[in-house]
Amino acid sequence: MSTQPILYTQNLEKRRVAQKVQDLPPSGIRRFFDIVAETPGVISLGVGEPDFVTPWHICEAGIHALETGWTSYTANQGMTPLRKAISKFMRQQFGVEYNPQSEILVTVGGSEAIDLACRAVLEPGDEAIVLQPSFVSYAPMVTMAGGVPVPVYCYAANRFLPTQSAIESAVTPRTKMLMINFPNNPTGVALDRSTFDKIVNVVLEYDLLLVSDEVYVPLSYDEEPLSFCTASEIRDRLILLHGFSKAWAMTGWRLGFALAPADIIAAMNKIHQYSIMCTSTIAQLAAIEALEHGEEAALAMKREYDRRRRYVTHALNEMGLPTVEPKGAFYVFPDIRGTGLTSEEFALGLLKEEKVAVVPGTAFGECGEGHIRCSYASSMEALRKAMERIKSFVGRHS
Amino acid sequence: MLNKDFEILEILERDARISPEDVAAMLGAEPAEVRKRIADLEANGTILGYKAIVNQERVHTDRISCVIEVCVTPERGYGFDRVAERIYRFPEVRAVYLMSGSYDLLVIIEGKTMKEIAQFVIDKLATLENVRGTATRFMLKKYKELGVLLEGEEKVHRMPVTP
Repeated sequence: MSTQPILYTQNLEKRRVAQKVQDLPPSGIRRFFDIVAETPGVISLGVGEPDFVTPWHICEAGIHALETGWTSYTANQGMTPLRKAISKFMRQQFGVEYNPQSEILVTVGGSEAIDLACRAVLEPGDEAIVLQPSFVSYAPMVTMAGGVPVPVYCYAANRFLPTQSAIESAVTPRTKMLMINFPNNPTGVALDRSTFDKIVNVVLEYDLLLVSDEVYVPLSYDEEPLSFCTASEIRDRLILLHGFSKAWAMTGWRLGFALAPADIIAAMNKIHQYSIMCTSTIAQLAAIEALEHGEEAALAMKREYDRRRRYVTHALNEMGLPTVEPKGAFYVFPDIRGTGLTSEEFALGLLKEEKVAVVPGTAFGECGEGHIRCSYASSMEALRKAMERIKSFVGRHS
Repeated sequence: MLNKDFEILEILERDARISPEDVAAMLGAEPAEVRKRIADLEANGTILGYKAIVNQERVHTDRISCVIEVCVTPERGYGFDRVAERIYRFPEVRAVYLMSGSYDLLVIIEGKTMKEIAQFVIDKLATLENVRGTATRFMLKKYKELGVLLEGEEKVHRMPVTP
């Protein structure tokens, strides 16, 4: 009678953590974080979030929400006024209509939206093409949803933009989804019109869904921001992911949204209602304030990033690290191959010798080798010091 | 005024000691152009000067600052201008503003002893012909001045490395 539970326990020892999760590679950034955290006095250019705190009027809206008792759940999809504000925002920015009732889902940051998009559409074995270098979550989220991530590399030689042939050669009969992120983390590169058109063509020709993470689109410099919502021919294939974290400096509020055809939003919401229920009510009310009155503050931050972008690109190129001028987000992705070091050696050496933290390009996919990601979401004072230190490091290693 | 001038002013207002080379890099311009624009802004009186923002409490522990609300009888043909001029010529006066509301001029005196301020109000300000009354309000604590926090920096809560 008593042998059964003992056998069970022995088995459990070995399979406490699901194999799928055991096989998931740990985030390259996480490992680096631990080393940086142990080094005192570091100037960190390794941060993937704004150095600004959330504009005060937005915080104040959150405080007001608490004061007036907004402490209960909201509709699963997000509060109607927020969905309406999102709809209005997209109309004003791009002249495109999204129905607040059926085509908009408010999520816990863009991250949950990535997860939901994968889980809502991928069948076991379905392939998702993931352009790399990329944000660390895409491929693992595809895997966790039962899909197979297929990386397609973008290289400095093509300004970190994908070529149509590279995408096409990755397509198989199992390919269901193409996942992209422009302006890009980690390269800072934004789409040009011709690549935009190529992506639309590929999606149509190979009958794919396009998951476009556009969280950095409001931080587009020099040129008009491009959003795939304007490509009406792929409207029924587009899952557009967005969020408040970057452009409104609201990372800690954890609020994003997905825009997609009604059937896909319904599917994503089905998962969302069971796993999350709804996002933070306080954050939703603050986000309404951000959309309705946050434009000026967002533009002021953007202007500041824009200057730092030019300064950092100029400084890196001057010191002999060839750097493609980024057109969006707040990252640069300099080429460090001239030093003869690998990305990881460079990042570790720089941290040890000069106390500047950058992230090895390999954290964003194998093709990031030979590059480092520097975030310019830091004060000019910190950037100036960091550039001096990187310069002396490069001087010693070339 | 040109967009670039606005940008230069915004940068200098934050840090007047930044080099023209760095400003040029930030704007994607040539250093010579930035130098010329700054010189022009100085020449035409847009940039009036460059000063350090000093936390006076660290320098003189016994000094205080105050704002004085001054009620004035305006003069025909001059309004408040001549009285304002009489007041702003005193070197201890840091700022003078004409205000709407229950008083007319707002006068700011900084970094003086209590005795000096009392003497200024009684001897110099209240005795002016057109001054009908004054109300002196002492500053008890300065939190923020010229956009700068005086005590303690804002804490950074960001983690050093994030994706």
